Order: sequence, then structure tokens, then C-alpha cells
Amino acid sequence: MKSGPGARRALLIRGATTIAVVGVLCWLPQQYGPTETTLYAEALFIAVAAMGLNLLTGYNGQVSIGHGAFFGLGAYATGILMLDHGWPFLATLPVAAVLAAVVGAAVGFPALRVKGLYLALITLGLAALFPALVNKFVKSTGGTSLVQLYRVRPKPPEWASSFAAAEDQWRYYVTLVVAGVLFALMVNLVRGRFGRALVAVREHEAAAETLGINLARVKVSAFAISALYAGVAGSLAALVRLQANAGQIEVFQQSIIFLVAVVIGGTATTLGPVVGAFVVVLLQDHTADLIKDEPTLSPALFGITLILLMYVLPDGLVGGCRRLFRRIRGRMHAGSATDSAPT
Amino acid sequence: MQLFLSQLMNGLGNGVIYASLALAIVLIYRTTGLLNFAQGEMALFSTYVTWKLVDDSEMGLPVAAAIGISMVIAFVGGALIERVVIRPVERSSPLVIVIVTIGMFLAINSIAQAIFGTDTKQLPSVFSDAAWVVGGVRVTAQTVGLVGVLAAECLLLWLLLQKTRVGLGLRAVASNPDSSRLVGIGTGNMLMLGWAISAALGALAGAMIVPMTPGLSAGSMQAVLIYAFAAAALGGFDSPLGAVVGGIIVGVAQALAIQYVDPLNDIELVVPFALIGGVLLFRPTGLFGRRVVERV
Amino acid sequence: MTLLSVTALAGGYGPVKVLHGLDFEVAHGEIVVILGANGAGKTTTLRALSGMIPSDGEIVFDGEDVTGRKPQVLARRGVAHVPQGRGTIDELTVEENLRVGAWTRRDSDVAADVDRWFEVFPHLADRRTQQAGSMSGGEQQMLAIARGLMSRPRLLLLDEPSLGLAPIITQELFAQLGDLNRELDTAMLIVEQNAGLALRLASRGYVLETGRIVAQGAATELEGNEDVRRAYLGL
Repeated sequence: MKSGPGARRALLIRGATTIAVVGVLCWLPQQYGPTETTLYAEALFIAVAAMGLNLLTGYNGQVSIGHGAFFGLGAYATGILMLDHGWPFLATLPVAAVLAAVVGAAVGFPALRVKGLYLALITLGLAALFPALVNKFVKSTGGTSLVQLYRVRPKPPEWASSFAAAEDQWRYYVTLVVAGVLFALMVNLVRGRFGRALVAVREHEAAAETLGINLARVKVSAFAISALYAGVAGSLAALVRLQANAGQIEVFQQSIIFLVAVVIGGTATTLGPVVGAFVVVLLQDHTADLIKDEPTLSPALFGITLILLMYVLPDGLVGGCRRLFRRIRGRMHAGSATDSAPT
Repeated sequence: MQLFLSQLMNGLGNGVIYASLALAIVLIYRTTGLLNFAQGEMALFSTYVTWKLVDDSEMGLPVAAAIGISMVIAFVGGALIERVVIRPVERSSPLVIVIVTIGMFLAINSIAQAIFGTDTKQLPSVFSDAAWVVGGVRVTAQTVGLVGVLAAECLLLWLLLQKTRVGLGLRAVASNPDSSRLVGIGTGNMLMLGWAISAALGALAGAMIVPMTPGLSAGSMQAVLIYAFAAAALGGFDSPLGAVVGGIIVGVAQALAIQYVDPLNDIELVVPFALIGGVLLFRPTGLFGRRVVERV
Repeated sequence: MTLLSVTALAGGYGPVKVLHGLDFEVAHGEIVVILGANGAGKTTTLRALSGMIPSDGEIVFDGEDVTGRKPQVLARRGVAHVPQGRGTIDELTVEENLRVGAWTRRDSDVAADVDRWFEVFPHLADRRTQQAGSMSGGEQQMLAIARGLMSRPRLLLLDEPSLGLAPIITQELFAQLGDLNRELDTAMLIVEQNAGLALRLASRGYVLETGRIVAQGAATELEGNEDVRRAYLGL
């Protein structure tokens, strides 16, 4: 481990960055109107889902392209409880979380036998199946499977009126707090014993087993926790969008968006999924604006940007920055004779 | 019994369709070790080209000729995509390549809509709409034709892979790229060829699929792609024979489930994935696969 | 006459440099052995020669500068590299492995050559239609060598040919290599742990240590060298 002035400086830089990022995130709704605020809230809940998927795919190496199903599960849990049973939003969050985690664990068990491509396929099946199940079994008010929450939307409380008088602001801050708590938990999780076990299993299952790691427990837990994050994200999405919906294409695209956010941000980094989520959401929004006359072309622009990003930064934005940072520091070290600490 | 047989025929008709796209997926997987998420959209684009060649008042080609031409275009397009889009990330992590094919998925779909319009098109079938009643079961020329085309496709693929020098090279590169380079095979050319053939197969599959659906639109291939993936997974990703058998099993099981298991109505998607789950629990490489697939 | 001449060869994997300027050569029809401990850079040397990894310095093969050329180009020029372990193409049959070995050839003698190696390695002939991946390590090693020879190379690079072989089969293999060399005039550059056997086959040798050549000379000379005997012959 490092110590001394270098480490203290790194700690200072990290602390200052954290404060700056939190500051910016708190300030966004004060600066921007409802459209942008909702967009940033969207980035926040996608970041939550991406954090969960990163645990599974980035740290544990299990690829899922079906997390849209867990996301949808969370959204519907919240939607139905709020609309049909009159629950307040915050009370629905734990239900959505537990439900998604249980289903996630149930999917994680067969996943023990199946690896790589086949696992991706099974999860794809999940994404394809979920909308069919919803359309068959969910009959909300109005007879369709679309759950509209406009009538029961939460109002900002009195005490928050100084900073969140508008509903979109209040929804943003609720999302921000939940996302912040989940982020802190995730950082703790991956830096601890469990995180090391995840990586060991990803790198070499047999070797991990000889270290006394219970493969089944680690892999199923990773699935359950990542599903939990996706479920909470879905729940937040129902709050922000004021509806729960599950078209076949949407669930598939949602799953893809999570994966894209993870890879664009940088797999197996703590900050990557958050950065990736913001980039993806803003990119989609901007590419939609860019071509006014041809709205059909905006996904093309988004797709091509994705491909180009992968060319330039195959290890994601956070990975790329880290590489750049190391190179600069390496050069600085090489430049000064006094500061040539061994690496 | 008759009901059973006619459902069997329905299932076979669908299964052959899944199999034809699954073949394209398997071919790319065999030669490059990649799962191409844009496979369905590449087929979609080619099918739009076929439609244009048939529908355009100036060209107005017969369907069969149009399919032939669009297969050639797809062949060239597939090679170009490999060279231009895939080559720069060839050695990156599998996840990066997955994202690139997803990017292609989005791009091709939306470019197709921008070029050909968002309205639904009708593509006539290459087969006549004749039908016969055999032993009380209705057999359509459509189904017979599809089975025939798929059988011919399989035979040609088998001949190409097993009996030609190029086929030997394709299989060698798929199995061991390093050793293949050391014996002098231009691996890049082989990968390009794999993509080209796969794209051409996709063009053929698209032209077979669309006449059996309500029409050609942006979402035409997405549901079929999921079934095709299921078929490929069931049969084993590296086995063309497996793709065909897998496709037919998925199609037939689905048709029978809808007919006989009432609760499965509208959620017949359960069937292929329940099948995959079941098969993979006992054979992690699929029914006919040999390699344990670790890559994505 | 020099077939292969290497000057100041350097290279490695990404930022890790393994080779630090090697100079060596192989004459037409000569057998040369490279000795060295694990990690000395023997395999890396062969990989640099066949273009599997990028390298600096100069590699001249048969009068042509081939530095930095791709493996398939070198294969076409007549360099056959039999990599360490698992050099076979698992999913092809034994016979297909041999046929693919002749990929660079356009003549009509390929079938005759396949039969020839089946005669030399009768074990392989029995398994003609079997998948290469399903054979034992020793059989795969023989197949990989036979496949290397199918291209009728002018220079054969062999990486640890005895690895995983029973001692008796190793002896047989080295006897075969000697015969081949005399018969076809194939030059060979062999990396080998079994230094005693290799030095008896080779005419000259180089000793590699941490990416540098620390000794060289005629095989008999090296066999008599005290340091070499202690380090590599276990005497």
C-alpha cells in the first residue's frame, strides 16, 4: 500500500472530485427546466441498473442482455401498488427490490450450468418473455397492461419547497438520493471480500474454488443483487416517467441500454456505469435532436457513435481516463529524478 | 390426429424459417466465434432491397431473380461490414464486439427505414399458393418450397465446408486462428468470407420469412431473430445441422403448445426458452455442438 | 550459404520486452538448437521469427528482409512454425490437418505427401478420420510436426517438440527429424528442454538467458562446455 504525501494528495483529489460531482448533481434541477431535469433523472435510474449489471457482467463475467425484465418487474411492482392499492412510492421500493432479487436468484440458479453465449441467450429469453407475460396477466385500470401513474403521482412535501417546489425536481431528488445510497453500497461491496470473490470467479472458477470460494453462492448472489438494482431502477423509472410499460421492443432495448452504459463507462470500475449512463442518455437525446427532418435516422447516429466510441475507448470512458492519467503520471515521474518512487 | 398433423405442418413451416436465419448465425459463429446481434437487421435490409427490385416500376423483377441479386449485394455488403466495421475491434474483448454489433443493429434498422420508408411493404412469395390435401392434412406449396430451399441450402453449405479448399480454410480459422496463420491461411480473408456468406444466407432467409408475416416493416426480423437464436442455442452454436434441427424443434414445439396447452396462449415464447434451459442443463454445448462456448 | 540471418532481434508482448537484441543465423539444411531455461525467451524468439508478435531488428530469410511480415506471408516463403503444445487444429480430422498444412502449395503431390507422413507416423494413419482434438498429447505433437512438414518448408521452427512425449517416442521423433533433414535438406531451428538429445541432432547451438545470447558454438563444443552441462544437461 502507498502512504505519505502522494497518497494524501490522491485522497484529497478524490474527496474534492466527489464533492464537486455531488454538487453538480444537486444543482442540475435548479439550473434546468422540467424536460432536462427529467432527462437527468432518467440517467440516474439507468445508472442504478447499470451499476447492478456491472456487478454481474463486469466483476463476475456473467453477461446478461435481459436485465430489462428485472427493470420492468420493479416498474410494475411500484406501478400496481401505487395505482391499485394506493401505496406511497417509497413503500413500494423495498417490494420492487425484493421481488426482483428473488426472481434474479431464481434465474441465477440455472445460470450456474450455463456460460457465456448461452447465458446471454437465456437472459435474452427473459427479456422476450417478460412483455408477453405482462400483456397476458396485467390488466390495469383501462384494461391494458399500461399502468398510468399520473393520477397518483407523489407531490413534493412542504419541507422541501425551498429546493424542490416543482414535481419534476422532487422526483429527481428522490432518484438522486436512492441512486447515491445504492452507489455507496456498491462501492463497499466490490471493494470488500465479496468483490474479490466475484473477480476470482470471473478469472478462474476452478482456482477460485480451491481458495474456498463457494461458486454457486457467489454467482447466484451476484445475479440476485444485480437484479435487485435493476428492480429498484425500474421502480424509480415508474416514478420519473409516471408509468410502467412493457413492449417487447422496449424491454429488449432497455436491456441493451444497460449493457451499453456499462461498457461505454468501463466494465468493472465503480464509476463507469454512472458515467456510461449519463453519456448514453445524453447521446440518445442529442442524436435525436441532431437531424430534424429525419427522426428515423437518430438511432443510426446513436448506433454509429457507439461503434466509434468502442474503436477509440475499448475499455470505456473511465478505463480510458485511467490509462491517460497513468501515462501522464508516468511521464511526470520519469521527468523528475527526486520523485522516482518504485512502482 | 388430423389436427395434430396439421399443427405439425404449421410448426414445420415456422421451424424452417427459424432455421434459415439460425444457419446464418451459426455460420458467422463458426468462422469468427462471434454472436452477431445485427444478423436480423442485415437480413431486413437485404429484404428491403429484394422488395425494391420487385416493386419498382422500372425494374419489376420476378421474385426469384430479385432474391438472387439481393443475395449478391448482401454478400458484398457482409464482406464490407467485416472489413470496415468489425476488423478494428477484432481483437478486443467479446463485450466490445457485442456492443459494436448492437450499434450496427440500431444503425442498419434506422437507415433501412430512412431509405425505404416506414410503411409496411408486401413482398410476394416465390412459391405458388397451391395446396394439396394429403391424408386429410393440408400441405401448402409454401411449406414444401421452404423445406426444399432449406435442404438445398444445407447441402450446399455442407459441400462448401467439407469438400472445398476454402471450406477447409474456414473451418481451420474457426478452430485455431493462430495455427491457421502459421500454415499460411489469410485469416482476415476467411473472416470476411464468413460474414459475406452469412449475409447472403440472411438475405435468402428474409425473403422467405416476410411473405409468411403480415408484411415487411422495421420490426419484421426481431421476433424471428429471437427464435433463431433459440434454435441455434438448442442445436449448438457451431453446428449447421444443429441449427436446422433446433429450428424445426422450436417451431413444432411452439405450434403444438399453442394448440394443446391453453395457458401458453400468447406466451408461446416460453416454449423455446424452456427447451433451451432443459437441453443446456444436460448438454451445455447444445444438442449437436462440440465446443463449450465460453465467449460471447 | 545462410538461409536465415537475424540481427539485433528485440521484441516481447506489449510493454514487456523479452528479447534484447539477438544475433544468430541458420544455414541451408542446417539444424540449430536454442537452449535456455524457462522464461529465457526461446518461444518468443520463434514467435518473432514467424511474425506472430511484432519485433524490432532485422530478419533476413533467403536474401529477403521479412522483418515485421505477417505469419501467412512467412509461411508462403517457406517457414513452418510448429508452436508449443496444442498446435493442431482440433476440429479438423487428422487427414484434414495434414491437407491444411499444404495450404501454401499449389502442386499436385499433396496427396502423395499425406501418404508419406502416414507412413512415417503410422499412429496417425490409424486415426486418419478422427478429430485431432480427440487424440493424446503425443499424437497431437506428431501431427503438428507432420503438418508443418506438409508445406515442404525450407526452415522448420520447432518449439519443444518433445513436450508431453514419452522418452521412447521422443527418441523416435528425433531420429525421424534427422532422417528428414538428410533426405529433404530441411533446415531446422529447434527450441528444446531435452538439451542432450537436441545437441546430438543439431550441428550448432545457442544458449539464451533472459533475452540475450550468452553462449554459442558447435553442438559438440556446447555439449562439452561445463556451464552448459551443469545448467541444461543436469550433469
